Amino acid sequence: MSIRAVIVAQMGEIAASQQKILTPLSDELVLLDCGLDSLCFAILVAQLEDELGFDPFTASEDAYFPVTFGDFVAFYEAGASARSHAA
Amino acid sequence: MLRNTLATGSTPEGRMLWGAEAGVRLTDLAHGTSLGGRLAELAGRRVLVRASDQLTAAVALVELDGVAARMALCPPDLNEAHLASIIETAGIDAVVSDLADPLAGLSGLEVFSLALPLKPMDDRTAGGLATEWVMFTSGTTGVPKLVVHSLEGLTGAIRAAPAPALAPVWGTFYDIRRYGGLQILLRALLAGGSMILSDAHEAAADHLARLGRLGVTHLSGTPSHWRRALMTPAIAAIAPGYVRMSGEVVDQAVLDSLKAQFPSAAIGHAYASTEAGVGFEVNDGREGFPAALVEAGAGPSKAGRVEMRVVEGSLQLRSTRAASRYLNADAPRLVDADGFVDSGDMVERRGDRYHFVGRRGGIINVGGLKVHPEEVEAVINRHPAVRMSLVKGRRNPITGAIVVAEVVLNAPQAAAEIGQAALRESILAACRAELAPFKTPAMVKFVPALAVSASGKLERPLA
Repeated sequence: MSIRAVIVAQMGEIAASQQKILTPLSDELVLLDCGLDSLCFAILVAQLEDELGFDPFTASEDAYFPVTFGDFVAFYEAGASARSHAA
Repeated sequence: MLRNTLATGSTPEGRMLWGAEAGVRLTDLAHGTSLGGRLAELAGRRVLVRASDQLTAAVALVELDGVAARMALCPPDLNEAHLASIIETAGIDAVVSDLADPLAGLSGLEVFSLALPLKPMDDRTAGGLATEWVMFTSGTTGVPKLVVHSLEGLTGAIRAAPAPALAPVWGTFYDIRRYGGLQILLRALLAGGSMILSDAHEAAADHLARLGRLGVTHLSGTPSHWRRALMTPAIAAIAPGYVRMSGEVVDQAVLDSLKAQFPSAAIGHAYASTEAGVGFEVNDGREGFPAALVEAGAGPSKAGRVEMRVVEGSLQLRSTRAASRYLNADAPRLVDADGFVDSGDMVERRGDRYHFVGRRGGIINVGGLKVHPEEVEAVINRHPAVRMSLVKGRRNPITGAIVVAEVVLNAPQAAAEIGQAALRESILAACRAELAPFKTPAMVKFVPALAVSASGKLERPLA
């Protein structure tokens, strides 16, 4: 599964378990407008860490907070690519 | 008395306290009533303040200070099941509220209606009492602990600064019914300027847009509040000159991100707690705090100074800003024999700085809200399939920590038949029914056993 697909699947699961309504995801969508709150994103980052094996927020040297869904996916893709180069 | 401060001649026209939908002029607050003129009936009484929003709560506090003997300020997420014990513990004999049923069915207490807009009040109610301000803090069993402050202690960290050329416009992501938010409200009331209150029903983008429209100059919140703001494009609407964080461990990432977002702002973090009061500020742009702050604190207590010591890893503070005591009969002493408050915040020295490493007793800080693991464990352990559980924090870059649980089942074989997923969902459903979302475990892991110490207690990691 692509990183994007993993993220989309996890967001759907978290929305269901937290009783939130997820809006259709597009790259331009502002993350905090997607229907999930900060706590949901906190859970998302933890579940993605378990599933993908890394957390780009903690791994990254530069402080960065993605604003759109596209930024978020790209942040994880960059994190995965950095790991595969390091390996 | 707060009201008299507002009523003095130096209060310039135009100072406002802004709620999400309406505002109150501070000059009106000095001469108005939200209690329909019934303030005199509350003289010397012990009053529970339960308001539907922050603006109404703030107005009631200003009106009651100096008149009531005690006012207990209900937080926004008050669990109504605890009302009876709170009323008994605080000796409450009157309630002021704008809610239809503020006592959730309890009877026997006189209720005074709070309502905005303010009505002019001509008769000056005699004040002058040193009103006890009672704040709520989280307790192990879920019943809040009631912490007694005085206005003098609460305002001990507020300097009487010379009037700045431009009146500050204070804003905060906190709720003013908790210690951190109340500090900002008191600054706005006493140190000049206006204040923009937050509102739990307002989206982050709308709140930021409103802060921008009203020209916020001083803005504070937890690191989690700020991370959320940094993820919102509407952050471009604000340009505060003074950015402040407290209530959670501050990391370098959020400090650096705020510096990049607001290059010309003074960005700092502060340490405070409901019990110990305002401790110190750190303004050098780095996480942790200088060890010199602890070392400089030796010697006899002087007014206005905060002394600190580290005992068995825990930060302890002594100052006139601390609360005096808990009202709960079963609570430990808040202040020790030497006058120190033990914060339970564990620190570790690295070079010339101390860093916060967690909370004693495993208390978890989720975005500035404290979670006692015992409270969550009690809910999980009531599930018929559960033998025991351990609730702990897991570090998180968005909210500082999230709550996770390890669960030992009664009969793992039987559980296998139901299926782990169904069992997990059933345990979580029980948690959601009884606990706020931030207390509900984000993850439940089934384990064969949990480590128990020689004294028979669950071994808790530092949260």
